[in-house]
Amino acid sequence: MAGGCLVVFTTALALVFFYAPTDANQGLSQRIFYFHVPLAFTAYACFGWGAWKALRHLWKRDPEADLESYVAIHQGVIFGALTLATGSIWAKISWGVWWSWGEDQLVLFLVLFLFYCAYFMLRYSVEPGPQRANMCAVYALFGVVLIPVSFLAIRLSKSFIHPVVFTSHGYQMTNSQFLTFCVCLVAMLSLFVTLYSIELAGKRLDASLRELRELLA
Amino acid sequence: MAGTGAGIMSPSEKYTAAAYLVVFVAVLAYVVIIASKLQRLQREVARLVELAKERQHG
Amino acid sequence: MTYLRDVGALARKDLLLELRAKETLPAMLLFVVAMLTIFHFALPSGSSDAATLGLLWSALVLTALLGLTRAFVAEREQGMFDALVLAPCDRSAIWLGKSLSVLAFLVCAEAVALPAFALFFSGVDARTVAAVALADLGICTVGTLFGAMAVAGRARELLLPLLFLPAAIPIVVGGVGGYLWFLALYDVLFAVLAWATFEYVVAET
Repeated sequence: MAGGCLVVFTTALALVFFYAPTDANQGLSQRIFYFHVPLAFTAYACFGWGAWKALRHLWKRDPEADLESYVAIHQGVIFGALTLATGSIWAKISWGVWWSWGEDQLVLFLVLFLFYCAYFMLRYSVEPGPQRANMCAVYALFGVVLIPVSFLAIRLSKSFIHPVVFTSHGYQMTNSQFLTFCVCLVAMLSLFVTLYSIELAGKRLDASLRELRELLA
Repeated sequence: MAGTGAGIMSPSEKYTAAAYLVVFVAVLAYVVIIASKLQRLQREVARLVELAKERQHG
Repeated sequence: MTYLRDVGALARKDLLLELRAKETLPAMLLFVVAMLTIFHFALPSGSSDAATLGLLWSALVLTALLGLTRAFVAEREQGMFDALVLAPCDRSAIWLGKSLSVLAFLVCAEAVALPAFALFFSGVDARTVAAVALADLGICTVGTLFGAMAVAGRARELLLPLLFLPAAIPIVVGGVGGYLWFLALYDVLFAVLAWATFEYVVAET
């Protein structure tokens, strides 16, 4: 899987820099789009997957689901932070400022970043056990409901805080741009799957080693 | 370095490179963290193997 | 029917405790008036009504946070939480009862805060009052659930603002903009979710 991820990623990078045409309006910096938006999509996928596993934990009492939910959200926060970083750089090129409240996606990620950082605070503040697993699962479910609600709120807020709406995203992608974008999205998702399984394997190994040590001691 | 970079690259190129670099560095940092964790686990396994051997002989 | 009676009994218990101890409500009242006073000095003179209205909303959210932080403290300090969970009633009744008592405190605090705001800054219209009422529901439902989570942790008072404030951002947006339908949507969505999930938060297994 790691090999496949590497191949897709190399293809994606090659397409971004050698295949996709340079955008007429934005020039080279438009190429940030090919990483920024897939990063955002992957972060949503992580949070969604985390919430799904949380639901499995509460509903089916799947014993592995708590750890899987945690790892997925951990990945989601990493991808979310990268979305913020690349988005901030893009805002700097496009509008000359490091932060733009007019950019829905960016503001939403700030809110989600705050929300999911609190998830870690919650997790490390409560003693490990079934109650912690339940709480984290409930919080993860709240998160996935909060995503559309916050997005709607941010949309609404622009009508009274920022009358200026940036429309630079509204342009149509050409076929080659769309292809590059899709490959980048697949690359990013495969990166998530790879990192997710590696981290999960590490955590499980850690847990079974601890068990072994207790048996031997 | 910034001086030489500015000569060759336009600001737009620099920022684009920075954006990709941020992602690359983050993934790299992740891999380094996982690698160090792997080393720790390896040491742990070696210790446990020692312990088990001692048990068997002793 | 027994469900509603349980909810009523739990809410009444909290209100009676508060009547006897008189801790939370006076603190909330003083806090919100102090906040409004600070805002007077924080704002440049001649600020628009829109700016003061925004500050009213931040004052309300922070005051609610103060009340929510106290909501489960009595249970934890006196070890009543376990007894409450073991009581022969539906666990979501605990959440509903607690939400109602927190709502009562919040409405009392706002009954002082809104006239004070009108006195210090500018008048409040019916739309704002309606928005405050709808926002209160959302704050209490979500806040009570997160409050129950926060008391289980080591950090307690520290944890609740971190959990609650990001989730309260849509409330502030809906309140400042006066989007009543949005606040109602938020209330319904999160009330159902909190009602369905509360029993897992307090369950020990």
